Amino acid sequence: MINADTPAPNIVLVEDEQQIRRFVRTALEGEGCHVFEAETVQRGLIEAGTRKPDLLILDLGLPDGDGVTLIRDVRGWSSLPILVLSARSDERDKVEALDAGADDFLTKPFGVAELLARVRALLRRHRAATDNSPLTSFGGVTLDLARRLVTRDGAVVHLTPIEYRLLTVLVANAGRVLTHRQLLAQVWGPGHAEHNHYLRVYMTGLRRKLEADPAQPKHLLTETGVGYRFSP
Amino acid sequence: MPLDSSTRPDPDALLARLDAEARLAARGKLKIFFGASPGVGKTFAMLASARVLAANGIDVLVGVVETHGRGETQAMVEGLPLLPRREVEYRGHRLQEFDIDAALARAPALILMDELAHSNAPGSRHPKRWQDIEELLAAGIDVFTTVNVQHIESLSDIVGGITGVRVWETVPDHVFDRADEVVLVDLPPAELLQRLREGKVYIPQQAERAMSNFFRKGNLLALRELALRRTADRVDDDVRAYRREKSVTAVWPTRDALLVCVGGQGGEKLVRSAARLAAQLEVPWHAVNVETPAMQRAPEAERMQVLRALRLAQELGAQTASLTGHDAAGAAVAYAREHNLGKLLVGRSRPSLLAFLRRRGLTAKIGQLAGDLDVIEVAIPDDSDADAAAHLAAWRAGIEGSWRGKWRQYAWTAAGVALVTALATPLLEFIELTNIVMLFLLAVAVSALCFGRGPAVLAAFLSVAAFDFFFVPPRLTFAVSDVEYFVTFAVMLVVGLLIGQLTARLRFEASAAQAREHRTRILYETARELSAALTVEEVESAGERFARQGMAAQAALLLPDDDGRIQQGGEAAGAAAAGGSAFADTAIAQWAYDHGEPAGRATGTLPSSPLLYVPLRAPMRTRGVLALRPADEEDRSWAVAPEQQRLLDTGASLIATALERVHYIAVAQDALVDMESERLRNSLLAALSHDLRTPLTALVGLADTLVLTPAREEALQAELAHSIRDEALRTSALVNNLLDMARLQSGKVALRREWQSLEETVGGALKSRTGALAGHAIRVSLPEDLPLVEFDAVLMERVLTNLLENAAKYTPPGSIIEIGAEALPERLRVWVADNGPGLPPGRAERLFGKFTRGHEESAIPGVGLGLAIVRAIVETHGGSVRAENVTDAQENGGGDTQGAMRGARFVFELPRREAPQLPEESPQEPS
Repeated sequence: MINADTPAPNIVLVEDEQQIRRFVRTALEGEGCHVFEAETVQRGLIEAGTRKPDLLILDLGLPDGDGVTLIRDVRGWSSLPILVLSARSDERDKVEALDAGADDFLTKPFGVAELLARVRALLRRHRAATDNSPLTSFGGVTLDLARRLVTRDGAVVHLTPIEYRLLTVLVANAGRVLTHRQLLAQVWGPGHAEHNHYLRVYMTGLRRKLEADPAQPKHLLTETGVGYRFSP
Repeated sequence: MPLDSSTRPDPDALLARLDAEARLAARGKLKIFFGASPGVGKTFAMLASARVLAANGIDVLVGVVETHGRGETQAMVEGLPLLPRREVEYRGHRLQEFDIDAALARAPALILMDELAHSNAPGSRHPKRWQDIEELLAAGIDVFTTVNVQHIESLSDIVGGITGVRVWETVPDHVFDRADEVVLVDLPPAELLQRLREGKVYIPQQAERAMSNFFRKGNLLALRELALRRTADRVDDDVRAYRREKSVTAVWPTRDALLVCVGGQGGEKLVRSAARLAAQLEVPWHAVNVETPAMQRAPEAERMQVLRALRLAQELGAQTASLTGHDAAGAAVAYAREHNLGKLLVGRSRPSLLAFLRRRGLTAKIGQLAGDLDVIEVAIPDDSDADAAAHLAAWRAGIEGSWRGKWRQYAWTAAGVALVTALATPLLEFIELTNIVMLFLLAVAVSALCFGRGPAVLAAFLSVAAFDFFFVPPRLTFAVSDVEYFVTFAVMLVVGLLIGQLTARLRFEASAAQAREHRTRILYETARELSAALTVEEVESAGERFARQGMAAQAALLLPDDDGRIQQGGEAAGAAAAGGSAFADTAIAQWAYDHGEPAGRATGTLPSSPLLYVPLRAPMRTRGVLALRPADEEDRSWAVAPEQQRLLDTGASLIATALERVHYIAVAQDALVDMESERLRNSLLAALSHDLRTPLTALVGLADTLVLTPAREEALQAELAHSIRDEALRTSALVNNLLDMARLQSGKVALRREWQSLEETVGGALKSRTGALAGHAIRVSLPEDLPLVEFDAVLMERVLTNLLENAAKYTPPGSIIEIGAEALPERLRVWVADNGPGLPPGRAERLFGKFTRGHEESAIPGVGLGLAIVRAIVETHGGSVRAENVTDAQENGGGDTQGAMRGARFVFELPRREAPQLPEESPQEPS
């Protein structure tokens, strides 16, 4: 996945459990990445600041503090992608981390395949940030930002203005988990953070128009209790 | 190497703590410096003795010392630590009072409290200093105090008789008798007079006046003799007590105990005599008052006198009781028999006819009822002393009060007689005069029935007068033609009065019976309400109703927390927030709770408080405090009358018992929950030992096998690795189930109800179980127009996941699993159905229990928590869940053209309400 013509990406891994560090490192190095390890928030901050990382992988429960503070610190000076590893099952922690600026999360226990898929998606997004192509395609659907046109299997799909805005926000953040709050603020404006049911209705509408099986979507994915994710 | 000093206990601190504990455990010692009169040097002696102790390192504190400007005494105080006085504002004066809380907080080894008989300023915790001292002693503090002979309660009458100076500040004898040590400070009268002349006791002018009044030599001699004898009595007692303690053959006198019957005036005198007699005979004594109907009719002032006498008896060390009965003698004798009392004391007042009849009656009746009891009569001088005058004044005030209250009734009575006269006048020609008399008697009877005794008497007299004036010839004069009519008048008056009396008594007794019935009914209702109460709130509301109906008061229940600190009740706190000031004073309530005695209004502790605090004593321990605020704040007799006291006592003990019962219900419930969770824990451990160990064993075995596999057999290695992964994930799911169940069980799960689309949640569930569902055909049939429903998406996804997983686990590969839903009015019905073998018959409901599985012995992994979690989540949402076997295709709600679905079906329903409207959006193209 990681092309030979691009330099090996640097990844900082902040995790206090040695066994987890070991297999994550092995998996990432197998993909051709440079991995720098840290065990604490303190060390993590230093590594993130000095290694010019392309990705930060971060455990939320660290011995010397909450990983969310590290996210806030890093977001103060960098927009590098952040993947959160969380042992907690409470969705609120994930939402807090995502609202603080994390891009994606993985709930422990997770498999190597899942981890690598997320890492690839985030790295690709990071690199593609400069890619200005107005066309995005997924599952037979094409979104043409320049012409504000959506087609599915060649036929024009009629979207309402809000549906269109929702789609563009999701597509612009492909691979990232957007929390309900973030989506509401970007699509409806900052005054609508509590109106979760807007999202449900318009997401259902979008899926009906764009997904083959709205009950088992392939691209407009639900992260239950957290938010939504667009997967090309 | 020395020990770490921070962890080693400091021996001094340890000692100090032990010391403090020992002091708390033991009651303090009381030493009284006793004198015959002021000026003999009690305070000086006390200070001298305290200085010696202070020099020996005892922690001495001067609580109160009155030096009266005497130089020698002043010099003795120098150098001893002084407790700052508390300033009290009373009627414009600034009074310096002893600060008991500061003293208790300071907790010295010994405190000096001059003038035992002192009365505290109104608003202090106790009205009397000796009560302060009791509390200090109870706190384990030793006390030195001083008192003069004229302040001893039982001697104050005698001293008053000798000196002509009546002392109102008195100390109960039991305080004096229970003192650990009494030191007589003696000074011969001649020397005292000398000191007085030298101005060492009072400043010269005062001394002059004092010498001509109180300090006459005769007085001083008598007082000195009294003091010496009282001290000797005490020494005697000490010696006897010592002998009794040491001798094995001590014979207890039986049947010598005294019973004093208090009733009417002179009660206090009677009680004092009884106290003296009991002290001389060295026997315990009881004081009773018999509440007869006559007593209940008596004026308020007289009843208050009886109550004062009873309270005095209690202070003097008697056991007191208030009995009820129609016959005073009978009730007293029954009490004496019950308590094995051989001697009865009754009062004998001055030989007026009425008193003579009444008292003689009592003595004679007791003699008749119980010939074996000794009856002792005590003379009660009444007319001459202040008691009688006070009594008369009270009686007059009572009459005036009743007149003021009843003048309307008298007016009605007069009007009634006038009406009878007016009606009878035209009838004079047709009926006999004798029958007109009957009409007047009727008027008397009616007014007695309606208004009571006084108006009846008035009616009788008015009737006779009217009859004479308007009907007896010659009419319209009081003159009478025939002397025979005087007989008519006399008979008419007597009959009128008799009818009036009888009717009024009937009326009174009816109303007394009604009041009794009212009290009984309130108690009955309270008891019934309390017996049904299961929570503290219910007890509280029953208590409030009891106070409102029975005591005409507002009430609050103050309960202690786990550390025994009284908390302001919830409702009271609310009232405080609204009204600005707290309903009840927690400090007083705490005192009542700690001491197990009532405090505040109408008691001996902090009587100036507007509220009465009654401790709720239950069989095991005090359960709280009932605070009562009378509806009429000015009513001074509130909660003082014996029947009110009895009602309050009974009500309080009912409430206390109910509180205790509620407490034990909670304890029993906890125990039950403990047992239940113990049972659960056992089955959990049993299930875990099988279901957790099995995958772990597999994991270890697979990993070992992987190590042993030759490097070239890559396919086998990959297969083993996959197995390890699957087993680990299964274990993880099991652990998740256990954690979720624990979380749901602990009741700490807060629902995050939001408007959700079921389709989305179903999608989430299907996605997360892709692996488990791989071998099955999934059919989702959700109506397009399914409305949004409020639920916690994460938990609901969990419900669907568990149901899907179950369906996949218990059906053969290739089976169909169907998820369906329909919106019913106010409900959303969701089902997960399959075409597998169906549920084991008769176990549908039990499936939802914890650690229950369809088939007890099964190779299918799991601990049987999945459905229990489903039920817990659905019920937390206010919904319901059931399992059923579908045997007929027609019954299948999701049945369609794809064929019959015979198998198991799990259906759950959630409550729903109308989803919020979305703002309209014009369906235009985005371009």
